[in-house]
Amino acid sequence: MGIHIIKMPDIGEGIAEVELVAWNVQVGEQVSEDQILADVMTDKATIEIPSPVHGKVLALGGAAGQVMAVGAELIRIEVEGAGNLVAGAAAKTAAVPVAEPAAITAVAAPVAAAKSAAKSAPPINANASAVNTAAARPSGDKPIASPALRRRAWDLGVELQFVPGSGPAGRILPEDLDAYVKRGSAASASGTSGTSYRALHAEQAIPVIGLRRKIAQKMQDTKRRIPHFSYVEEIDVTELEALRSKLNQQWGKERGKLSLLPFLMRAVVLAVRQFPQINARFDDDAGVVTRHAAVHLGIAAQTESGLMVPVVRHAETRDLWSSANEMARLAEAARSGKATREELSGSTITISSLGALGGIVSTPVINHPEVAIIGVNKMVERPMIRHGLVVARKMMNLSSSFDHRVVDGMDAAEFIQTVRGYLECPATLFVE
Amino acid sequence: MNAYATTQTTTLLIIGGGPGGYIAAIRAAQLGIATTLIEGEQLGGTCLNIGCIPSKALIHAAEEFEKAVHYSYGSPLGIGVQSPSINLAQTVRWKDGIVARLTGGVAALLKRNGVKVIHGWARIIDGKSVAVMLEGTETLRVNCEHLLLASGSQAVELPGMPFGERVIGSTEALSPASLPQRLVVVGGGYIGLELGIAYRKLGAEVAVVEAQERILPAYDDELCKVVSASLHKMGIALHLGCTVQGMNAAGDAVRIRSSAGTESELAADQVLVAVGRRPRTTGFGLEDLMLDMHGRAVKIDDQCRTSMRNVWAIGDVTGEPMLAHRAMAQGEMVAEIISGKRRHFMPAAIPAVCFTDPELVVVGQTPAEAQAAGLDCITAMFPFAANGRAMTLEAHEGFVRVVARRDNHLIVGWQAVGKAVSELSAAFGQSIELGATLEDIAGTIHAHPTLGEAVQEAAMRALGHALHI
Repeated sequence: MGIHIIKMPDIGEGIAEVELVAWNVQVGEQVSEDQILADVMTDKATIEIPSPVHGKVLALGGAAGQVMAVGAELIRIEVEGAGNLVAGAAAKTAAVPVAEPAAITAVAAPVAAAKSAAKSAPPINANASAVNTAAARPSGDKPIASPALRRRAWDLGVELQFVPGSGPAGRILPEDLDAYVKRGSAASASGTSGTSYRALHAEQAIPVIGLRRKIAQKMQDTKRRIPHFSYVEEIDVTELEALRSKLNQQWGKERGKLSLLPFLMRAVVLAVRQFPQINARFDDDAGVVTRHAAVHLGIAAQTESGLMVPVVRHAETRDLWSSANEMARLAEAARSGKATREELSGSTITISSLGALGGIVSTPVINHPEVAIIGVNKMVERPMIRHGLVVARKMMNLSSSFDHRVVDGMDAAEFIQTVRGYLECPATLFVE
Repeated sequence: MNAYATTQTTTLLIIGGGPGGYIAAIRAAQLGIATTLIEGEQLGGTCLNIGCIPSKALIHAAEEFEKAVHYSYGSPLGIGVQSPSINLAQTVRWKDGIVARLTGGVAALLKRNGVKVIHGWARIIDGKSVAVMLEGTETLRVNCEHLLLASGSQAVELPGMPFGERVIGSTEALSPASLPQRLVVVGGGYIGLELGIAYRKLGAEVAVVEAQERILPAYDDELCKVVSASLHKMGIALHLGCTVQGMNAAGDAVRIRSSAGTESELAADQVLVAVGRRPRTTGFGLEDLMLDMHGRAVKIDDQCRTSMRNVWAIGDVTGEPMLAHRAMAQGEMVAEIISGKRRHFMPAAIPAVCFTDPELVVVGQTPAEAQAAGLDCITAMFPFAANGRAMTLEAHEGFVRVVARRDNHLIVGWQAVGKAVSELSAAFGQSIELGATLEDIAGTIHAHPTLGEAVQEAAMRALGHALHI
């Protein structure tokens, strides 16, 4: 008779401890191989621990509800034969006869579901020695290498722990490092061995400072505070494009060429009159939403140092060309770093356009403390069905996000539908 | 800002010009980093001014004098002298001359490499700026990108026995105006024993009081036994397991209490307190940085980074082992990291040497440490009694001991006790850093006749084929 010790398995999620949820066996009970011994829970999943052996339970390593360290003794089972407990063996060298978790289920799912899943899944090989991949040396042993070689390895960004040593006592020789670098450290792991592609180890630490830090903080803050509700709708801009082309032909030389954006700006100005809750700023610390009669339109623009949002003030007072010119002026000021504070703040709603890079869908991040942002996707000609016929239409998606705390999904959808109405029937843009 | 007469800017600012600080400064300057070093006293720190160097000078002088005294009683070598004497004031001047030459050398090296040295006391304002109190009332502000803390350590005083006229620390003991007739050393560590032995050789009656049941608590029994025997022969009284209660009412004796609880008094003209050193972390604004600490020391990682970005710490201020050569290696590394190189402080071993008579050297793991680390090891020692050169030096006491893994014979530790064994630390350190096995050392021809042959023989003995024993 021997004693077989089962340790709390490493679930492989980089966690150091797990909660013992329930015992399915008791001391003195006979257990058979594959019988579930215990349920344990990580912050992600509930996992069942099956027994790798037949035998009698001698001792339990903890009580239900207890948080146990990975590697701690979970259970002792008396088995026929030798077991794995060697008298006097250093804990370090004792075998780790841990069963792989049989099934991992999202913690949100009921535990019962996890159990049924586990029963149908065959237990993975309980033999721990099979898990040990061909490491260069036993874990815990320091790599042996001369100071000069250590220094070279650091310069190359190579962890000597993974370099096999061919010298006496496993010493890593210069040739060993050369061979390792030539072969590429990833080779053995990912099965690309034999290729001539070099593994790259360069790392570059780039401090997040200046505008980039501002952006990072603002994005983090926004995403943490605001539950975003996103909504995507496709717009048929064929008519609008025809009008734009006509206007550019007729007035382009005198007044400047129009992009699609001034039309969208105008549509937003008109739509927010019906949906004042969209053109607003939410001071969530004070718990006050301020609705604005004025439409100060933020236009997200990429600059060399990062994202900036210059503001077209009082967009409701501007016609197409005035909007276009103001936007061009602000974009230039932002890019050249000459934009004033006033020109970069105070917007009540924001439009984000990636132009030709617009893609099909985006999930724009609200410009806090505003409550809505409208993202413009790429315009493409697509086959659409009109009156039972397949016709080519110019289509463009609008991807918008709303602060769901103060904007209901219904209102958001109706707002976008209103914008769509204006854009698909461009004449209405000019009716006050 | 108006409070500061001037403001300077530098890339690397180092507080402390000891071995760690000055090495970091030289290396950084070599690598093209604008470097400023602030030192309140003499360059060279504890090591050069009041530690390693002056103590070794004093120990040497004491040994020479003792030899002469020894000869005056007749010598088996046939040397005879008439009543030798020592002019202590001249000895101290000679020692001060060595210190001056070395600290001057450091200053010259710093200057040649283009390090800006500011003499004054630093006060940390924040992780990027330091105020320096210059002579008089003038204050200078230095702003930096990287701040390196190399403020070292200071001797610990005993509560109830502050340093004063009769009670002194190692600093005062290294510049004696006269020799006390009776010296009581409190602390049986390496500082207390090194100085106690030197004073004994100069002619003082020396008693050592140690709270633990053994001397040199940092070294193992086998090594210490040899030193203990030598202390006994020299006539140094050991009071082990005794705690110091303070001075007596008259102020001319130290009250001690044994572990059994009996109290007694040790008459003393001078009391040397050498109970350890602690990191210098207060009094210059370091605590305001709120760095993570490790006990009393500044906590660092394997690149000597503190918990604050671009604030680094090296040497004694980071705690044990408080050794100059560790600080130097860390200083060099930090300079290289700041210059953009990838470095880690991962030595295989840091040698520790003790200049008692006989000397001690420990590199890597002792047998007990190796066992505690879960290693299955072979241990073998070779006595100097079987070494020809030792005999010609009248230095047959002591031994060399090697510790190696049983499975692959990798050497994990060396220890030695004996005359002049401190010089063996180079061989020990190299063999461990290079990953030598017992066969490597046994297969290296060691010159005859030298003490180094004992190193080779110890390795051979571990392999089961020593030749001279």
